[in-house]
Amino acid sequence: MSKEPVAVVGIGQTKHVAARRDVSIAGLVREAARRALDDAELTWADIDAVVIGKAPDFFEGVMMPELYLADALGAVGKPMLRVHTAGSVGGSTTLVAANLVAAGVHGTVLTLAFEKQSESNAMWGLSLPIPFQQPLLAGAGGFFAPHVRAYMRRSGAPDTVGSLVAYKDRRNALKNPYAHLHEHDITLEKVQASPMLWDPIRYSETCPSSDGACAMILTDRAGAARAPRPPAWMLGGAMRSEPTLFAGKDAVSPQAGKDCAADVYRQAGIADPRRDIDAVEMYVPFSWYEPMWLENLGFAAEGEGWKLTESGVTELDGDLPVNMSGGVLSTNPIGASGMIRFAEAALQVRGQAGEHQVEGARRVLGHAYGGGSQFFSMWLVGSEPPDS
Amino acid sequence: MTREIAVVAFAQTDHLRTSEELSEVEMLMPVLHEVRAQTGLKTADIGFTCSGSSDYLAGRAFSFTLALDGVGAWPPISESHVEMDGAWALYEAWTKLLTGDADTALVYSYGKSSPGPLRDVLTRQLDPYYVAPLWPDSVALAALQAQALIDAGDTDEPALASVAARSRADAAANCHAQLRGSVPQGEYLVRPLRTGDCPPVGDGAAAVILAAGDRARELCSRPAWIRGIDHRIEAHGLGVRDLTDSPSTRLAAEQAGAFERPVDTAELHAPFTSQETILRKALRLDDTVCVNPSGGALAANPVMAAGLIRIGEAAARIHRGESDRALAHATSGPCLQQNLVAVLEGDPR
Repeated sequence: MSKEPVAVVGIGQTKHVAARRDVSIAGLVREAARRALDDAELTWADIDAVVIGKAPDFFEGVMMPELYLADALGAVGKPMLRVHTAGSVGGSTTLVAANLVAAGVHGTVLTLAFEKQSESNAMWGLSLPIPFQQPLLAGAGGFFAPHVRAYMRRSGAPDTVGSLVAYKDRRNALKNPYAHLHEHDITLEKVQASPMLWDPIRYSETCPSSDGACAMILTDRAGAARAPRPPAWMLGGAMRSEPTLFAGKDAVSPQAGKDCAADVYRQAGIADPRRDIDAVEMYVPFSWYEPMWLENLGFAAEGEGWKLTESGVTELDGDLPVNMSGGVLSTNPIGASGMIRFAEAALQVRGQAGEHQVEGARRVLGHAYGGGSQFFSMWLVGSEPPDS
Repeated sequence: MTREIAVVAFAQTDHLRTSEELSEVEMLMPVLHEVRAQTGLKTADIGFTCSGSSDYLAGRAFSFTLALDGVGAWPPISESHVEMDGAWALYEAWTKLLTGDADTALVYSYGKSSPGPLRDVLTRQLDPYYVAPLWPDSVALAALQAQALIDAGDTDEPALASVAARSRADAAANCHAQLRGSVPQGEYLVRPLRTGDCPPVGDGAAAVILAAGDRARELCSRPAWIRGIDHRIEAHGLGVRDLTDSPSTRLAAEQAGAFERPVDTAELHAPFTSQETILRKALRLDDTVCVNPSGGALAANPVMAAGLIRIGEAAARIHRGESDRALAHATSGPCLQQNLVAVLEGDPR
């Protein structure tokens, strides 16, 4: 079996904001899809299939909304798939779409992920009613804060590392016109003085709740040859899952994340990720997840990730830039957040990232996770096609 | 697309009006054990896992995450989930096997309709701005479609009643079915549909194992080869569709190669009697084809699993040597909005 190489030739996003009251759900997704088509200089007729993803349907109060969105996304008469793998869904959706091209089933696929969180209250949407969950777990922060504390205890990281991540990501967001939060007056002191929400996670170290959509056009070699702008090539992609809770689970550095990264690196021929990968766009909804994922993804030894953050390695002009777009800390339409990571990786290797472009980025990792640190989805994209 | 992929095992629960004493995981686990036992595969032997379910049936976000406990996803597995009927999970798994990344796949789906009023729940699928606020329920919309069909002269109420009677009579031989044998046609639920024209509301789960090439031959004495599979969606607005036809089914069937040679069996996901009439027309099925020998969705319709069960039933008939070429169909959305068609074949006997 030889797989068809997969290229990204179009990327589109909405300007992410707290509430897009000016558009319907259909209007929101169509805006992102239209921009991706424009970027690829394609029309709806060029699309063979649509793969859409979002997080729980309760966020908008629409059951299986892809049925209603078929018209808005030009899917009538075409195959349409709807993926839902919790917070990793934006990444998983991309990979499902990529597989359609890799398998030779379709030539050109539109993939899109969205969330319109202003339609409901996401924090309580994520807080399951008793008896499905123990009381006192308010939102995702309540779930993840103990894991952050475990990391701090395990690694001996100084208390300030989380605020450094937030300060960096919010400044990166100022260079990204699509980012939700544009805090022009941000200072490290302000981050460190912001209210404590879930100890040790402060308000400014937490992701916002956004309305937004992200779309990509994936295509085969023939499609890439016709592309008006440089394509990004998929060099590896993988998903891994493990149960939410079980005896022996490492909630700080889950095995599923390590396995997923190892699979991607194997496919892409990456021997040393720290040396071979130029930048990383990872899913960091709470600041401390940057050092945690740096370790989980193999960019630092266990207990050493915070040192990369503290020494400035992950800054936009550092040796291994992380979350050039401003990350989930600056933009979080949950269902789209994974795809925004994947799209930012593709933008970087296409040289299309504008003010947050990393000079000479040739191989960039996009990462997403979801559920109770249990669903992982990653891809590595490059400026050159895979060896075949 | 040269890789041969087959359904090598299928299992389903006994479909029941209510399973309130069981969690979704508890309902699912026996069928997962059963398909693994049929093939001798263990969790760690399976290359890819994909499932289909709906948070709206469960009434909680991320409901599918608990199912991973039943799968036994440790060490971690390569896994994905669609918020769709399991037939589309099977489609995703089929593409994964086509790429060569995996040789075997576990596909499962489940749905418990008993905790809530299903007719009301399904209204939440509709256009949230213009249609859902009116709460038109799934039976009422199917009745609109049935009336359009009668008005077009394509069927009448006695013909619909005969579809119902045939389905439940055939289900007498299906120990998993919810409605079996002689079932009264009953009163009008929403004119022109009587209770007998409508599917039972119930809970259930199903699982399938797919395998590629020689792996399939090792795992199953007569694999049900997927010769083609395709799915298509139509516009959501009922007002812009011809409800008496199913162009998406016809197109999916064409793409799946269904019209290249006649099939001997068809398992159609037609929850309402009138929808069988529409699907027979779109799929050009004549009276020589054995339609829904399992009893179909009129005998058991666990939402999110009923489409996967059609593929499983068709495959199981090939496994047993009762069919050589079968068509399986799954549907989603109001009035057959989205449709999937698979064509399965057994090796010559």
